Amino acid sequence: SDTATLTVETSVPFTGHICDPPSRAVETTPRELMAFFRDMATMRRMEIAADSLYKAKLIRGFCHLYDGQEAVAVGMEAAITKKDCIITAYRDHCLFLGRGGTLVEVFAEVMGRQAGCSKGKMANDQNDATVTEVAVIGATSAVIVTSGGSMHLYKKDSRFYGGHGIVGAQVPLGCGLAFAQKYSKEEHVTFALYGDGAANQGQLFEALNMAALWDLPAILVCENNHYGMGTAEWRATKCLAYYKRGDYVPGVKVDGMDALAVKQACKFAKEHALKNGPIILEMDTYRYHGHSMSDPGSTYRTRDEITGVRQERDPIERIRKLVLSHELATEKELKVFKLDFSFKDIEKEIRKKVDEAIAKAKESPMPDPSELFTNVYVEGYRVELMEQEAERKENLRLEQIGKKSELYSLEVDSGKISNPPPQEIGRRVLNINADL
Amino acid sequence: KEMTVRDALNSALDEEMSADPKVFLMGEEVGEYQGAYKISKGLLDKYGPERVRDTPITEAGFAGIGVGAAYYGLKPVVEFMTFNFSMQVDLTPLVALVSGLNLILLQAIDHIINSAAKSNYMSAGQISVPIVFRGPNGAAAGVGAQHSQCYAAWFGSCPGLKVLTPYSSEDARGLLKAAIRDPDPVVFLENELLYGESFPVSAEVLDSSFCLPIGKAKIEREGKHVTITAFSKMVGYALKAAEILAKEGISAEVINLRSIRPLDRAAINASVRKTNRLVTVEEGFPQHGVGAEICASVVEESFEYLDAPVERISAADVPMPYAANLGRMAVPQIEDIVRAAKRACYRSVPMAATA
Repeated sequence: SDTATLTVETSVPFTGHICDPPSRAVETTPRELMAFFRDMATMRRMEIAADSLYKAKLIRGFCHLYDGQEAVAVGMEAAITKKDCIITAYRDHCLFLGRGGTLVEVFAEVMGRQAGCSKGKMANDQNDATVTEVAVIGATSAVIVTSGGSMHLYKKDSRFYGGHGIVGAQVPLGCGLAFAQKYSKEEHVTFALYGDGAANQGQLFEALNMAALWDLPAILVCENNHYGMGTAEWRATKCLAYYKRGDYVPGVKVDGMDALAVKQACKFAKEHALKNGPIILEMDTYRYHGHSMSDPGSTYRTRDEITGVRQERDPIERIRKLVLSHELATEKELKVFKLDFSFKDIEKEIRKKVDEAIAKAKESPMPDPSELFTNVYVEGYRVELMEQEAERKENLRLEQIGKKSELYSLEVDSGKISNPPPQEIGRRVLNINADL
Repeated sequence: KEMTVRDALNSALDEEMSADPKVFLMGEEVGEYQGAYKISKGLLDKYGPERVRDTPITEAGFAGIGVGAAYYGLKPVVEFMTFNFSMQVDLTPLVALVSGLNLILLQAIDHIINSAAKSNYMSAGQISVPIVFRGPNGAAAGVGAQHSQCYAAWFGSCPGLKVLTPYSSEDARGLLKAAIRDPDPVVFLENELLYGESFPVSAEVLDSSFCLPIGKAKIEREGKHVTITAFSKMVGYALKAAEILAKEGISAEVINLRSIRPLDRAAINASVRKTNRLVTVEEGFPQHGVGAEICASVVEESFEYLDAPVERISAADVPMPYAANLGRMAVPQIEDIVRAAKRACYRSVPMAATA
């Protein structure tokens, strides 16, 4: 059946730092493998579509794509629940999808649209926390457009706290979320993701120190894609064993291109963190795109290297092979998704869903100009004062303009207006030194 | 009844922690040391180490942890302090040695601005950040340039933040309680030289429900010839200047700003429209300072009511010198305010003393 247990061995063993690493034998189900395939293929398709939208100038500013790294997002979601928190840096589209965000939300946000109404069910109606909920992304849903853009997606209802643009800042923030979980005596954890570039940030070590002192349920996930922008890891980092760099904090090195290995490691880390405090997971992964849209991604690494990873380690192909070798892609398993088509058709279906989401997002208007001033402060809470203030000032100004122009025209007529002598202008900027 | 600013802050923290279990205090030396300036005295015993959390001297890290906890819905009060090797509770304020906020705010400024102030906006209201960053601000006595600086204008220029500057014990209690209850990030700028000062407090101020509105200035002294705006320690200076001016027949209106952001432009302009003259006083640097903003506001809104150029009294445009004579010259003195007010009233004034 689709929920029968399968045991799959990871192709690369885990390596532990001051802890016994988890077993290579990962339990999964046909249902989960199919969900992995579908979710990762959707993420991949979304990112490729975002690339096109960027080149068509429909996305502005920053845009960092995740293709190649999808196994980290889906594997992590498979091990945790929506009560656990996730916080990451700017490469956040797929993590947002993993938390139950929808394609329309992503596209509307990156295109700066105020997307429309709610039709049909929310994407995360499914309650089975062990299967990633992206399985049904593409269902239309209510869209909350934020004011953040590509780097700043949020979904607080499933505890996704962004989307942060300042390199490394999300790690202390994540430890703060873990602090709050422990303070509230909840048995939940926080996953704070950062790249190999951010791994050298000072504040990361400050936060890790406090997380360890206070036994916070924080899991630091280093997504090592081997390049901090265009700087190869060995040019920026003296000790390349990122999972060991917590020193007194345990760590595990994980094949980040294997969704099952990621799942196993995250499950292990969650248990560890609830019992013993922080732990570092180094995910050995790879991004196919350049760092951002301004980076073709080929000046500091070879085409052969990228092709090699695609051929040998691609996270989607790995799952495809598993599904085929276990002969899961039968009609029976496909029924789980109530989808009556073949593998090829799943991908075709995804392409269709992505295109539909883009079309829907494009239909959505730009935000109303009135949105410019909303949410600077929490509304309806003393902030009225500031709004009244703005209004009062505007009225006064209008009144004054009226008055002044009246005055001005009168005096110009009578020849009374002239520019003040230069020393008078200087006199306006006075402080005590002026007299010394 | 009288109360020191220190006790006012301590009682405000105590009452808010008692009223809301989500409120907790974190920072350097807030717990076992009882606070580098004894503001958190007794709170560790009362609330335990979970809610009064000593941190290492790693400000960027714990500022971030505080903001993360606020994302989740807790209400952190993050105290910024450093060491203070001679501070005793009974010492006179003038020998207090280190102005902690100065050292530390800059280390934490990224989290205050980028992680706290902007999150509610970027997340379209999903993630509010109910956090208070508090600690001593501005120049203390003889602590050198790196520990003597006013941050009011820095934080006051940042949308998303609220910036409060208490002067008296009433301010300290009412504004700190308001800051803790506020759902937005608040930078709460205290002055270590005021901690030991006593002010009269009414029964209303002592009531645990007492709270001051954020964004409202207070007319500390009414007058009709010249308006003097000030905040924090400078309010005391402005009041003393007003007394001297009164003897010379000049009636000065002293406005205690209390809140730098939102700034009570209405109160300032109303006063200027009455007195037609303005002196702004602050301990910060002159360029792009709080006085500059007030001056701009008055020029925009009440230009034709002005009978004299606006006078700005601020710190000298130099890093804070250590030498006592230079230090005195670098920050505003009462006589500077008196002279500026007289200039504004077109009275003849002597040259400034050179310390």
